[in-house]
Amino acid sequence: MYDVAIIGCGITGSACAYYLSKYSLKIAIIEKYNDVCCGTTRANSAIIHAGYDPVPGTNCAKFNVRGNELTKEICKKLDVLCKEIGSLVVAFSDKEKETLNVLYDRGIKNGVPNMEIWDKDRLIKEEPNISENAVAALYAPTAAIVNPWEYGLAMAETAVRNGAQLKLNTEVTDIIKSENGWLIKTNNGSVEAKYVINAAGVYSDVIHNMVAEKTFEILPSAGEYYLLDKSEGERVKHVIFQCPNELGKGVLVAPTVHGNLIVGPNAIKSDRDDTRTTTASLDFIRQAASKSVPSIQYRENIRNFTGVRANSDTDDFVIEFAAENFLDLAGIKSPGLSAAPAIAEEAVKMLSESGLELKEKGNVIDTRKHLRFKELSDEEKNKVISENPLYGRVVCRCETITEGEIVDALSSPITPVSLDGVKRRAGTGMGRCQGGFCGPKVLEIIARKNGITFEDVLQDGNGSYILTGETKNGGAK
Amino acid sequence: MMYDLIVVGGGPAGLAAALAANEKGLSKILIIERDSQLGGILNQCIHNGFGLHYFKEELTGPEYAGRFIEMLEGTGIEAMTDTMVLDVTQDKKVHCINPEKGYQVLEAKSIVLAMGCRERTRGAISIPGTRPAGVLTAGAAQRFVNIEGHMVGKKVVILGSGDIGLIMARRMTLEGAKVLACVEVMPYSGGLQRNIVQCLNDFDIPLFLSHTIIDIRGKERVEGVTIAEVGPDRRPIKGTEIDFDCDTVLLSVGLIPENELTRNAGIDIDPKTNGVVVWENMETSVPGIFASGNVVHVHDLVDYVTGESQKAGRAAAEYVKQGVRSREHAISVKEGKDVGFIVPLKIHREAMDAEIFFRVRRIFETSAITVKDGDKVLAHLKRAHMAPGEMERVRLSRALLDAIDGDEITVYAEEVEA
Repeated sequence: MYDVAIIGCGITGSACAYYLSKYSLKIAIIEKYNDVCCGTTRANSAIIHAGYDPVPGTNCAKFNVRGNELTKEICKKLDVLCKEIGSLVVAFSDKEKETLNVLYDRGIKNGVPNMEIWDKDRLIKEEPNISENAVAALYAPTAAIVNPWEYGLAMAETAVRNGAQLKLNTEVTDIIKSENGWLIKTNNGSVEAKYVINAAGVYSDVIHNMVAEKTFEILPSAGEYYLLDKSEGERVKHVIFQCPNELGKGVLVAPTVHGNLIVGPNAIKSDRDDTRTTTASLDFIRQAASKSVPSIQYRENIRNFTGVRANSDTDDFVIEFAAENFLDLAGIKSPGLSAAPAIAEEAVKMLSESGLELKEKGNVIDTRKHLRFKELSDEEKNKVISENPLYGRVVCRCETITEGEIVDALSSPITPVSLDGVKRRAGTGMGRCQGGFCGPKVLEIIARKNGITFEDVLQDGNGSYILTGETKNGGAK
Repeated sequence: MMYDLIVVGGGPAGLAAALAANEKGLSKILIIERDSQLGGILNQCIHNGFGLHYFKEELTGPEYAGRFIEMLEGTGIEAMTDTMVLDVTQDKKVHCINPEKGYQVLEAKSIVLAMGCRERTRGAISIPGTRPAGVLTAGAAQRFVNIEGHMVGKKVVILGSGDIGLIMARRMTLEGAKVLACVEVMPYSGGLQRNIVQCLNDFDIPLFLSHTIIDIRGKERVEGVTIAEVGPDRRPIKGTEIDFDCDTVLLSVGLIPENELTRNAGIDIDPKTNGVVVWENMETSVPGIFASGNVVHVHDLVDYVTGESQKAGRAAAEYVKQGVRSREHAISVKEGKDVGFIVPLKIHREAMDAEIFFRVRRIFETSAITVKDGDKVLAHLKRAHMAPGEMERVRLSRALLDAIDGDEITVYAEEVEA
């Protein structure tokens, strides 16, 4: 019997696990994929919003600003890349200038600090590549960019190190009320828990409907992106938004924490798992982005991807009990990544108020170290190579990732089983060759370290096999 | 320790440059190679067809590389493998790491950059669809098959008709896979004619010119693709779609010079080609730093890489022994209509001769290459056929260089009457 079971290990589930694991509780995290943070958390704009966007009084408004502060603290403690670069909402007409004032007022009500309205001169001075049609901008210095999957992973890893049990490849099939709580049936056995947190993302309504009458519906919405080479990474210095409209926050242009440039998303009604990219959407994004930043060189594109938003028909985060001791954290759309730790904080409070005993335990782990070889000074590089020669062998040449870092990833508390799992942790294959050079080498290291055959190494999810057997005479090796 | 020459890259370009510099009298030469052995990409090119021009015989890639690696013996040229160069500076310091010696900063009187190129990826051309396993570049597939000894799929569609793609069409077929189609967006192939014949035609693999992949299907592993014909604007034409059930998509959609070190060093790069800007002796914008092989422009034949790299090696030796060539009154080389990828872009006035390499931008039947100094014709060469897939070469002798009055010459390609 677990004290708490968390269904879904995306950013919301990870944050809940991270906070709950500081207490003397038996925690299960149930995740259907073979790794954590493989849904919306892995494919989004990677922005920690300042918090001027949500309408005051909504859950989105309530948790965004607090989440922004907590995110920065957590990223610092857990060694996650997060840079407070500030955001600009750019206006292109007098009417849109009015929108900036509306956003500014919302920001004040939501508690966003230090916002400024910039005139055109200031804007062009700070962002020389902005369109000359821009007339003004709302500057919010607390907006940040983050590595979203490492952020979720770091919290999930910390929870695991503090004793939470992560059950990967485990898909919930049914939930029934038991004598002391809930019996969660899965493809991988049953889990019984006194309290349940539903953090199932785009499937959170499906999970909700297993225990209660329908009260909300997830309306998945896909957003596609361009991710450009580092040669375009300094095209802008801030997160560049256009004025929001009925479709959402619109197409943004921003640097990433890895030094690339991200452009997107659009918003199109989609299926829950439909992460296809389409020519029509990509054409739309280029067109839309040209309004704010016309000079982007799309021939420097290295990847397109699609994320699916877990929008709900309530148009706000759903943070409420679906049934006794069964808490929904659903409809976590933008600014969900920003709000996640604040939502988790609230979830812990709500569980406590409904009787979950929170007893702080000793020796709680709340730090994490990620050795990033290329960030080290020359002396530090020498030091780590002398301690472990594998740091002296660069495997991913585009991102300068060493064999030592790959082995670190494979020795981490949540062991990756795929090339993309290693990519998410160590950063291999994220660069301009997209794993063309390092893929075969990383595959070999995964096979060696995990003690499996080459053919068993996956690209990503279960079934994403890379190799189909040996050649007639074997290779040169 | 001050080296006479450090060569960054131990593939065919780096090997030839080091050997040529040694022949011209440099003794303290170091080749730095990131892989565990010398030879570069040739090591995975186990097909033959290498060396026809240089050795006048047909060798495999490893054999071609092997000849040069053997030539190192007794020269005193050092090779440091398993070593990654992280930085090259204009004052000729080379920052590198390896497991044994850690982080080192080495100094040299001259440097040859010979890092080669990399393949364009799915992202560079934004192929729509899902993102399953089974979509990989032809070169990555070649490494899996030829070096590691593992197959990457059973039913294959190849996008792009670059040489590596064509070679892999044959290789996969010989290993028992079914290659369903080779799809090329341009109206002509990007590879050598001999590879079209030997790798596609001989195995009845259909080549779809003016077609591209418009959709990739499959959640975890590729399950199929849709191709369509494209118009002159390279956009798909509705109603021409063809579906293929396949588990693998190989991409052979172009090569890009790998010039991150060059760019970080502040050495000039041609923004149109991503190649290093060089003089006729392969010197870069920084005196004493030279470049050769696929970091300058992507070659069809390794034999030409060898020739060009020997030039770089000899020039490095000349630089170390005699100092820098004067850059005054330089001759610029410009591209005429339908001509691109010109190397070199500049010629020293004192050069003894100059070879100009370029590619045409479309197919030419009976035609001529003309090199002009203003209105004055310096060279006029007939060609029966020219295609973007085959590099063209014009040699300007000392006498022709002397005849140049202006500071700019232009290379033209045009149809002529037979």
